[in-house]
Amino acid sequence: MYLFGNNSRLQAFFQLDRREKNKVLREFLINNSLYIFLIAAIIAIWLTDTSFLSASSVINIISLSAANLPIALGIAGCIVLTGTDLSAGRIVGLTACVVASLLQSSDYATRMFAGGKPINLVLAFIIAVLIGGLVGLVNGFCTAKFNLHPFIVTLSTQLIVYGLLLMYLMIGTNNGQSISGLDSKYTSLVKGSFVSFRGTRIPNFVWFAAIITVIMWFVWNKTAFGKNMFAVGSNPEAASVSGVNVSATIILVFLLAGVLYGVTGFIEAARIGSNSAATGLNYELDAIAACVIGGVSFVGGIGKIRGVIIGVVLLRIIFVGLTFLSIDANMQYVIKGLIILVACAIDMRKYLVRK
Amino acid sequence: MSQAVLEMKNICKEFPGVKALSDAQLTVRKSSVHALMGENGAGKSTLMKCLFGIYSHDSGSILLEGREVRFKSSKEALENGVAMVHQELNQALKRNVMDNIWLGRYPKKYGISVDEGKMLRETTKIFKTLGINVDPRSIMSTLPVSKRQMVEIAKAVSYDAKVIVFDEPTSSLTEAETEHLFRIIDTLKKRGCGIIYISHKMEEILRISDEVTVMRDGAWIATRPASEMTMEEIIRMMVGRELTNRFPQKTNIPGDVRLEVEALSGQYSDISDISFYLRRGEIVGLAGLAGAGRTELLETIFGYAARKSGRILLDGREITNSNPREAIRHGFALLTEERRATGIFGILNIIENMTVSNLKNSRRLGLWLDSGKLWRDTEDKIGALHIKTPSPRTQIRSLSGGNQQKVILGRWLLTNPEILLLDEPTRGIDVGAKYEIYQLIIDLAKSGKSVLMSSSEIPELLGVCDRIIVMSGGRIAGEVAAGDSTQEEIMTLASKFS
Repeated sequence: MYLFGNNSRLQAFFQLDRREKNKVLREFLINNSLYIFLIAAIIAIWLTDTSFLSASSVINIISLSAANLPIALGIAGCIVLTGTDLSAGRIVGLTACVVASLLQSSDYATRMFAGGKPINLVLAFIIAVLIGGLVGLVNGFCTAKFNLHPFIVTLSTQLIVYGLLLMYLMIGTNNGQSISGLDSKYTSLVKGSFVSFRGTRIPNFVWFAAIITVIMWFVWNKTAFGKNMFAVGSNPEAASVSGVNVSATIILVFLLAGVLYGVTGFIEAARIGSNSAATGLNYELDAIAACVIGGVSFVGGIGKIRGVIIGVVLLRIIFVGLTFLSIDANMQYVIKGLIILVACAIDMRKYLVRK
Repeated sequence: MSQAVLEMKNICKEFPGVKALSDAQLTVRKSSVHALMGENGAGKSTLMKCLFGIYSHDSGSILLEGREVRFKSSKEALENGVAMVHQELNQALKRNVMDNIWLGRYPKKYGISVDEGKMLRETTKIFKTLGINVDPRSIMSTLPVSKRQMVEIAKAVSYDAKVIVFDEPTSSLTEAETEHLFRIIDTLKKRGCGIIYISHKMEEILRISDEVTVMRDGAWIATRPASEMTMEEIIRMMVGRELTNRFPQKTNIPGDVRLEVEALSGQYSDISDISFYLRRGEIVGLAGLAGAGRTELLETIFGYAARKSGRILLDGREITNSNPREAIRHGFALLTEERRATGIFGILNIIENMTVSNLKNSRRLGLWLDSGKLWRDTEDKIGALHIKTPSPRTQIRSLSGGNQQKVILGRWLLTNPEILLLDEPTRGIDVGAKYEIYQLIIDLAKSGKSVLMSSSEIPELLGVCDRIIVMSGGRIAGEVAAGDSTQEEIMTLASKFS
């Protein structure tokens, strides 16, 4: 895109000799191969089935992306610190189940807390955020203070959170069953809609995701905390010498991620409607894949909110597209895996130190 | 005199813009210790790198036992009997001693499994001949540096080395360990090895070496039997030149005392009982050999390294400086020695690198950052420090070393520091940029700031500083006035406690 947008760059390009031109062109193609591939894929799927680009299909892709975006934005911060977060999916599962159990409608037959009433929506939201934030705080604290790799820390906490979730589902007469029959006020807040596009309604949680994205963009780009996060991710030693509170920054990044998982849990419970111990399973893996595809690099200190959005949407287009092409569900896993691998290889190529 | 085992003749090596070696000569005889001397940057390491094939020399020849050789790697050199015991040991620390010795050429049993028994027998045999008392099965990282060094020597012997190079081998050894090392070197000598010994410590050189070669500015100066030379003579040959105006005019005038350090000792470093003061508008130099504790002292004052005891007083008031953030609040700044490891954020741009320490003061309503101010601050310093860059958004790692250093200096200047701690501020940057940094340091002092700068280049300290504190073995060995001191005096002090 910038090749055409920037005239001086274009002029400079035409002044190069042929070998140089080829080199620049090749670099351009490799660095943008993901987008080129994406456009080609969209056209190919559209040719097979034109309904792929219909309003309902596009909004389906957008809503599915919006549901995944907050987790990806949380994990992206951890990846910028050269870390990761394996506990994201389980935190979403725990908060979703807790929120669902507190917001079951009072006339639902197999209510987890028999005879109760759904609690205040704002209170439920705050509870979800507090639970998510608490686990995030533990993740961050152990990473920063015990100098553990977040892979290990979150591998442990996701087990602990899963255990707690299973125990929670055994409360009362629930006996591990999934929690459904949610209060209509709650489901309409999340799944309801006030805007429609060509007859397809856009669910409210798309707007929630949009608001969260704007806040996260602000945090990453306009606050000292955001700048410190990139500095710590790029070179923690230099950050420490430069007066950055490295521990506090790490803890805050994980805390913020936990809060975002809590928010996702709040949205997810209503979106799914029926919540069980399997809710949130492997969400973190899709989110990590989306981040990496979007250029949030495991090298550390690199990543943009824009990249995370592109990664999430791209991954979703691929998933939906594969279904549109009626590709065998088992084969879909193989293709997803290959796409992530290739995307990472291309990403890594940019940061290699040439010798 | 015995015959020569290694001859390096008329070695020349040019890097873009610098003539690193011009007609360097070195002849090492069998069964002798040959000391190679020179200041930092005189070309000793470059010459050794040419021998080991790390650099390829432009002209000249290297003869090993009369046969011309040109090694492509230090591995090839080792296989041909030329070994080096490095200043910073390169070992697989998590593995045991014999694994390290036989790494890359493990003896095999039936062609598949590693013959541990043979490794143990051979290692024990070598240790016995050298009088080394180390269990071949102990893990490297559990051994003290002196033992690890002996393992490195044993490895050289296991390759049947004819020439062994020792690069500052005693810089981290105690006196007793040094004696042991000398006994081992003596054994090697008797076995017929030719030994090249690089060191800054004069007493050692005169004690153990048979011949001395002095280098200066990449050229051979003299080779003579050690018995015919005195310490003063060697130093005079090493220093050679008069100080010309490589340095700007000194215009700063020291005022009253601002910083006092009393009996400072490090928790995990070797520095002990350091006391000195620093005045307003004064530039104080820190001299000393590698490992003397200069870096550790600066890091301890800045709160980046832990302090065991001692006091730091700023304007007569005691401050704790328990971490860099607190030090920065008190107006301290630390330019670190390892620019890549602890200075720059390689993948971030100049704005991000320049403003990281001053984000607190660039907030609006204490909440979000004023992007305009960050940009203006950066452009300001780019102009003031003559940083050559296409744009403030350029990635810092694409700049030259000198410009990177200026960006980090700019970072600290933005915090408006009162006390600047500069660790090797001109390390690895070209002569022109060096002059600019000297000028900047003097200007800062003139404007009332206090500067404490460490350097391994003594002429630099003599040219820029008001006073020079000489460190040795983690302690202060003495203090001299830069105006009427000499390189000889400082070098003598620097080896006082080592």
